[in-house]
Amino acid sequence: MSRNRILATCIVGWAALFLTGPVLAQSGPTAPPSEPMVFATEEQEASYQQLVRELRCTVCQNQNLIESNAPLAADLRRQISVMIKDGAQTDEVVEYMVARYGDFVLFRPPKNATTYLLWYGPGALMIIGLTLLGLILWRRRSQVTTDPLSVEEQQRLRRLLDDDEKGSS
Amino acid sequence: MKLRFVLPLVAFFALVGLLWVGLSLDPRALPSPLIGREAPSFDLPELRDPETRFTSAEMLGKPALFNVWASWCVTCRQEHPMLAELRRSGVPVYGLNYKDTRSDALRFLARFGDPYDAIGFDESGMVGIDWGVYATPETFLMDRHGMIRFKHIGMITPDIIEQKILPLYRQLEMES
Repeated sequence: MSRNRILATCIVGWAALFLTGPVLAQSGPTAPPSEPMVFATEEQEASYQQLVRELRCTVCQNQNLIESNAPLAADLRRQISVMIKDGAQTDEVVEYMVARYGDFVLFRPPKNATTYLLWYGPGALMIIGLTLLGLILWRRRSQVTTDPLSVEEQQRLRRLLDDDEKGSS
Repeated sequence: MKLRFVLPLVAFFALVGLLWVGLSLDPRALPSPLIGREAPSFDLPELRDPETRFTSAEMLGKPALFNVWASWCVTCRQEHPMLAELRRSGVPVYGLNYKDTRSDALRFLARFGDPYDAIGFDESGMVGIDWGVYATPETFLMDRHGMIRFKHIGMITPDIIEQKILPLYRQLEMES
């Protein structure tokens, strides 16, 4: 194993760690809610569309408000649209929801003492894993000696190879 | 050298333990942010008498139970006798009829009995949202000052009455 290959392994790992983050942000279905929503401005429309994707439906817990068909999700969508039309900011709506349903409604939970492990745990695990992998590969490489063979060793090698050729033919 | 074999084994059992505990947790039981806070106020028409109003202020002065139910909710039907039981034990029982129709709700009460001191008729579900309701039945226990002290999601069982609701109610009665 050459030094270059060890470096390449580590670089690919680190690149994977940092490049996959931003890709996830824009994913998610675009199905329209059952009732059409009309907003006065594009900003209002945008914050509505953002909120219904970032807030969890507490009835069907693995769906956000726009994916869910639950009656409560429809009520919450309506409530959010009403608040936005009344000029509420995104964080005001989020506050409103958290006050009633708790941090659980946020698909992006706040960073505090109880969620540090959740937020940074996977990254920390990956860093530990890659570092360990690097260390192990490095140590294995340093165990292989590259000193030239001594005269006796060369003779022994020749003997072994000769035996092998005789054996196989 | 020995550590090399023991360590993965320990890690494996730690993971099994973690998953085992995870299996026994109920993901539907969410901690309510309302516990220890003042109950959201409302002013609703009374279910049985549309001419009168039922406001949250009426529940003050004594510890009280506030039960969210609907006629379309099967678990509420199973739970219903428990509410009568609590009423008999002297606990004031108030209700929130959540996203229901008046005729269905009245038929439900005529058929299964009516243990409620007062019932708010929350047709739109907006009061339900204020109370963080997401899965009927839900039951709140408030102290005399209208602070929410306990919330139970799902059916009330005799065990929950004996072990949680009644002891806490007696304790709240003692508090000034």
